[in-house]
Amino acid sequence: MSSEATLFYAFAAIAVLSSLLVIGQRNPIYSVLLLIASFGALSGLYLLLDAPFAAVIQIIVYAGAIMVLFLFVVMLLNAPREETDEDLDREAHGETHPLLRPGPMRLGAALAVGLIVELVWALTKGGGESGQFPGGAVGSVGAIGRSLFSDYAFAFEVTSVLILVAMVGAVVLARREASPGPSEHP
Amino acid sequence: MTPLVAAQIGLAIFVFFMLLSSAAAMVYFERKVAAFLQQRVGPYLVGPKGLLQPLADVVKLMFKEELRPMAADAFLFALAPIISATCAFAAFAVVPFGGDTTLFGLIPEGLRLQVADVNVAILVVFAIASMSVYGIVLAGWSSNSKYSLLGGLRSSAQMISYELSYGLALASVLVVANSLSLTDIVNRQAGTWFGVIPRWFIFLQPLGFLVYLTAGIAETNRAPFDFPEAEQELVAGYHTEYSSMSFAMFFLAEYINMVTVSAVATDLFLGGWHGPFLSETIGWLWFLLKVGAILFFYVWMRWTLPRYRYDQLMRFGWKVLLPLSVVNLLVTAAGVLYFEL
Amino acid sequence: MVTLNHYLVLSAILFSIGTAGVFVRRNLITILLSIEIMLNAVNLSFVAFGRALGAADGQIIVFFVMTVAAAEAAVGLAIVICLFRLRESLNPDSFVSLRW
Repeated sequence: MSSEATLFYAFAAIAVLSSLLVIGQRNPIYSVLLLIASFGALSGLYLLLDAPFAAVIQIIVYAGAIMVLFLFVVMLLNAPREETDEDLDREAHGETHPLLRPGPMRLGAALAVGLIVELVWALTKGGGESGQFPGGAVGSVGAIGRSLFSDYAFAFEVTSVLILVAMVGAVVLARREASPGPSEHP
Repeated sequence: MTPLVAAQIGLAIFVFFMLLSSAAAMVYFERKVAAFLQQRVGPYLVGPKGLLQPLADVVKLMFKEELRPMAADAFLFALAPIISATCAFAAFAVVPFGGDTTLFGLIPEGLRLQVADVNVAILVVFAIASMSVYGIVLAGWSSNSKYSLLGGLRSSAQMISYELSYGLALASVLVVANSLSLTDIVNRQAGTWFGVIPRWFIFLQPLGFLVYLTAGIAETNRAPFDFPEAEQELVAGYHTEYSSMSFAMFFLAEYINMVTVSAVATDLFLGGWHGPFLSETIGWLWFLLKVGAILFFYVWMRWTLPRYRYDQLMRFGWKVLLPLSVVNLLVTAAGVLYFEL
Repeated sequence: MVTLNHYLVLSAILFSIGTAGVFVRRNLITILLSIEIMLNAVNLSFVAFGRALGAADGQIIVFFVMTVAAAEAAVGLAIVICLFRLRESLNPDSFVSLRW
């Protein structure tokens, strides 16, 4: 196996495993940390795909900012781990793990398998060629910048307005009524 | 295994050990400089002129008992210093500290003194700086103690706030230098104007340099921005509950972050390894001198200025430093367009 | 030999894991995390297609998707905070007062 294939399978295994553990963890802090690991693996995959810009902004934006926001919210809410009345009943009998409740587990697993089969069929059907990657390198960061500010300039400006709106909305929503409390940094 | 590959592996190991020794040297340096600023002598017992003091400190820390509070989350408690230390070392991997050198002719082509040569090096430094927030926030949370939690949350909020000005100061250098690779940026600063003034970016970007340095000091949680870990305020903040080697790792991470910020500042604004009188191959001497000057400035600031209160610190970061860095970027962009640099 | 199909299959698997998380988990924050997994799976297929077509557009769209995901995470978490203040619970089954 070439080194590229080894790296691909390694990163893919880390991403899939971490994502599975994210939806399987009871403690939300562990979920956030595992998702950060998954993002790291995805960043490695972007590097394999000759996209250093996407890899680095994945770490800066997703792993470095959005996940910090999630972590802050989980810590500040100090939320109890998820339990329902069924769980409290079942505690007498043993397992209270959310994924082992019969109803959601079976439906969720069936849906997920069905979705995988359908997506894989749809996505791999289209490639008339074997789907190999062409040899040339994709545009450099400079090319991306030029394209962003010329072809996609409108979308770029709209995105900045979107972020401003989201910032204002988050601050207003999370504010306490009685006294000016701590506000979220988006 | 060509000589070049062997030299590169050797370089990676060498940089790792140099960073470790620089942290030890910083311990001694800080205590001596602090002492002289306060008109006393500082460490002088251990070894000649107290030079073996860092060794004594390390041995003391190794022999301390490794404590963990009972209510602390064991896995996260152990993970947090590892994240801090790893990110501190990793950030230095893309910083070049010397021009091409052939190690006295041992290797045929030149080996650039940079562990990993990526052409988005600045963004990588920024990315790893954003990851080091996790070490602190997890340390604060997992200790399960009120001082730690407050210190951890405040410290991480401070770090993510000052990351914005840090990034914008970096962006203004990018606009001038037209490249994301640190080696390119340094090489653009070679030579002089009128034969006297070196072509360093600090002369083109004085405000950018100040913003970068201030944001860097806040990012590394050093005075005067060290409220979250100040002994007088928060009983050492997020590393209250840590002892022995875990505490040593936080300590190490802080000093290495300082070295990285100084190294990146030298590369971006002070011309890296270029300087008069020395040929390219021993340019790393100039680099060491410049980094040493910035580290001296760090230590000098700590023992001269009083610390900012937390709300003053956040207000300064958002309402003063961020607008300044935005204005700097705008003026730089306008200047580059006008003068067609 | 790693082809485009490998990346697309991986993207499909990650997307389904995210969907399963949204359906199965009864904790608002984990549901938001599963949505982030789905967005990342889509990002991966964008970058893979961009590379296969030799265009930089894949990375540009990823840039926009990340920005939108950031905005959505911020507002979503603010809403979660409000909901938590109301019912002291992060279980979606506690917020059923609009059902008939």
